[in-house]
Amino acid sequence: MATARIDPKRRADLISHKKKQFAEAPAKWKQQEYKWRLSFYDLPPTEEVSLEEFELWALGRLKVLAELESCTFRNRTPEETASYMAPIMEKHLPLHSNSSRSSELDEERKRDHYSHFILRLAFAGTKDLRQRFSRLETMLFKLRWKDDDAVERKEFLDSLDMQLEKAGESELNECGVSLEQAKAATGWRKGDAEAWFTLDWERVPDLVESRRCLLRRGKAYVLLKEQMSFVVAEFTKRLDAALEITSRALPRLDEDDRLSPILSHLSKSFTAPDASFDAEAGINGLQAPTAGTVDALSSHFPLCMQNMHRTLRQDAKLKHQGRLEYTLFLKGIGLDLSNAVEFWRRSFRTITDEKFTKEYLYNVKHAYGEVGGDANRRGRGYTPFSCQKLLTEPLPGPGQTHGCPYRTHTDVENLVALLGATGMRDPETIKSVREDVGKQRYHIACNRVFEFAHKSELERVKRKGGWGPAELDTILHPNSYFKRSFLLKHLGEGNAGFVEPRGEDVKMEGSLDE
Amino acid sequence: MPHSENSQDEDLVLPDAPSLQNEPSQSQTISQSTIVEDNKENVKLEDMFDDDNEDEYSSSAPPAQIKGEDSSQPMPQSLGRFSDSDVMRAFYQRLFPFRYLFQWLNHSPNPEDTNDFRHREFAFTLQNDVYLRYQSFKTADTLRKQCMDMIPTRFEIGPVYSTNPRERKSLPKSAAFRPLTKELVFDIDMTDYDEIRTCCTGASICHRCWTFITMAIKVVDAALKDDFGFKHIMWVYSGRRGAHAWVCDKRARELDDQKRRAIAGYLELVKGGDKSSKKVNIRRPLHPHLDRSLRILKEFFPTSILADQDPWENPKKAAHLLTLLPDAQLNSALQKKWDSAPSRSSTSKWNDIDTLAESGINPNLDTKKLMQAKQDVILEYTYPRLDAEVSKKLNHLLKSPFCVHPGTGRICVPIDVRRVEEFDPLDVPTVTELLADINSWKKDDSEKKVQDWEKTRLKPYVDFFKGFVSSLLKGEKTSIKRERDGMEY
Ligand SMILES: [Zn+2]
Repeated sequence: MATARIDPKRRADLISHKKKQFAEAPAKWKQQEYKWRLSFYDLPPTEEVSLEEFELWALGRLKVLAELESCTFRNRTPEETASYMAPIMEKHLPLHSNSSRSSELDEERKRDHYSHFILRLAFAGTKDLRQRFSRLETMLFKLRWKDDDAVERKEFLDSLDMQLEKAGESELNECGVSLEQAKAATGWRKGDAEAWFTLDWERVPDLVESRRCLLRRGKAYVLLKEQMSFVVAEFTKRLDAALEITSRALPRLDEDDRLSPILSHLSKSFTAPDASFDAEAGINGLQAPTAGTVDALSSHFPLCMQNMHRTLRQDAKLKHQGRLEYTLFLKGIGLDLSNAVEFWRRSFRTITDEKFTKEYLYNVKHAYGEVGGDANRRGRGYTPFSCQKLLTEPLPGPGQTHGCPYRTHTDVENLVALLGATGMRDPETIKSVREDVGKQRYHIACNRVFEFAHKSELERVKRKGGWGPAELDTILHPNSYFKRSFLLKHLGEGNAGFVEPRGEDVKMEGSLDE
Repeated sequence: MPHSENSQDEDLVLPDAPSLQNEPSQSQTISQSTIVEDNKENVKLEDMFDDDNEDEYSSSAPPAQIKGEDSSQPMPQSLGRFSDSDVMRAFYQRLFPFRYLFQWLNHSPNPEDTNDFRHREFAFTLQNDVYLRYQSFKTADTLRKQCMDMIPTRFEIGPVYSTNPRERKSLPKSAAFRPLTKELVFDIDMTDYDEIRTCCTGASICHRCWTFITMAIKVVDAALKDDFGFKHIMWVYSGRRGAHAWVCDKRARELDDQKRRAIAGYLELVKGGDKSSKKVNIRRPLHPHLDRSLRILKEFFPTSILADQDPWENPKKAAHLLTLLPDAQLNSALQKKWDSAPSRSSTSKWNDIDTLAESGINPNLDTKKLMQAKQDVILEYTYPRLDAEVSKKLNHLLKSPFCVHPGTGRICVPIDVRRVEEFDPLDVPTVTELLADINSWKKDDSEKKVQDWEKTRLKPYVDFFKGFVSSLLKGEKTSIKRERDGMEY
């Protein structure tokens, strides 16, 4: 396997690492008490945890952060984000307030606490990862703050020692601000406490951005109810500082051969969470594809596969890496071996049977696990490539077509032309795709195109229900793209309205043995 | 890796910036892909989806000059002349105020005092449109010398980095090279006003539409000073049809991206592309910043918008005005009136709103709502339209003051905000005019040595810049002193 699996029974001695890393707080070593749901994660975990839990908890949190990130990329409003995230958080990282009286409270909080610190380790390595982690953790904190129990939130706030300066009407007047203006500026409503704080505006950037505070010569006047803003800013500040410290302590952690493979895999998964696709599950309403129906089905293919399909049709050939990727994709949509052989034989129309048999047939069979070593046969060949896999392949050389076109088309005009050729010409979408690609958010560009191409169908399933969050979250696998596209375009035909949820769970193992 | 050949080849030519094709209409795209190219050899998985790429090239200057470039627009002189090598060399040699530029960016006259100049990124655009990033200089003189050698058509100023930008590749870890500080910058460009200005299109401007820029400067300047407390704000003419602001206070230079974004958001009001009908949506009562802005802008509205732009003179445009008004009954009465006199001026149409409202056409008319809608209309037609992306990033590059605009030949001179209404972009000297000024200058009797720039129409602008820099340096000194004093506790 590509990733070293670690014997889950072995225990990771987190304490010894922590002692090295967080030695600045030795006096506080004691069993953690989780009084509140929210946490600033000031103290590192102290108990041992099994490697299996280590990995599992981190992956759950990773999934939540990755989905949060996709919400920002797709410009979801805070309300949309909250409702989109609620089931995902409940599934992967549940965290309830005291008033829920859940018996799982301690376990949930421990999990939240540990997974946060594990990911800190995984993402402290580079500045980019630190920034991203900090931004997403801040978003998560904010989401939880908003739906927290008001009483508990207040208690939590009191437990933080935030140094705030109170500002009364007279201070407001002194700096030329009438009470009326202060109310207007802060969005004061009847029933709100008439208490203002004043602090440097840099401490409440989001209130400044949305003009929900009053500014006067560099000072912000903030209404008491806006405390979330400065609590969140404080959260970010402390986390950033802690990440800096962790990053300096990291080299020492490399000595541990059990943790570092997990940590490095976690940080890799963060770029696009890896996904596997369960081809066995089949697709309701889809007749088993044949060599003859691939052309018709290709309208449901993601751009990467359409690109390879078009190249194949145009040139009657496809170089090795593209062939491998495309073969596996077709295998994933249910094309069986004999049809695959027929498909490739027909596609390479300019070569002789002899040449085909000699040079290409073996590869197709190998991909299906028909030939090759025992391991390959047992595993029934390769599994289809995920987006992460496609995104990390070497870029195609001259004459080659493979990989994710959002990344490989380094001239964005060529990408736009390719999209146009597949029928995607919506100016707004194209504009956003340009931005995404410029910022290297390739999978987001692809999801955007999907969402536009299936806009009305998506609205329909959202309206009518039936598709849960797992069926609607970010696509991270070309075969999921196909499956969803196919199902959406065949809504109401037979039982095609539901996708099995299990296909896209984040998975740890590398999916391909190479 | 299959792509590495390519980037290696280019590296051989120019290690810092592979050469670009000369395709003006795509220059931004090309520049971006070029930079990506530059990094390809070490693309890391964890960088793939990162949206805060430090190396991301983003500069307002080239696209601003290129987008909407319209060959049918009148140009004062042919485009080639201003980038003529001899003219440009003479300009850098004799006129460009490198010394004050150095002091401005170094925050001290002494090169040894800070790293703010030494570690500052400059980006050169050469005559063949090659774009050279990560240039840096020890002193004003070395910058001047490279300008005279390379004769860039213009150069841009980026952030101060943690180390010398030229040495970034020899560093053990790329993490050690990061942007630390940069002035907070703003870019106001007439392109963003194209849907509401009627007097000119594309690259051309006149006194009437320049007022949009004047209004924007007044509103933004007031907010930066009164609300954020910034003191050292320099406004600069962009050379054709816009203006830049450089906020140079230490506190501004140290802002991270999130805080820059906050300021941009605070100032941003007119939202939505051409499609959305109502572009101003704000809650009442007005935030003090908007209240102040409205007070400034209201003064301009009757003359600069209603009379000079006459934005609703034709029925189609008048229909847009109606979509912004809240009362259906009033609207149909207005429509009827304007149908009978389609060419009625915008001033009359604007006045019709109140006249008909007061005539009791709808006894249940919500006058407060109407008043607010009218305020929104004023804001939609006058409130600053910022190219916010420029302001949001610490590592954004912006064209240096005193560069020559390659299209117009005009110098990017500072604008005195206290007399912003007097500023006439069409009166800004061109590089060729300045060189002629030197030649026609007559020596007087005094012994005093006269610099070349003092012999030209550039003098008042350089003098202004000098004054700006010296007040900035004074402020800097006290803040350094305060820091030192603080340390002693
Ligand atoms: Zn004009």
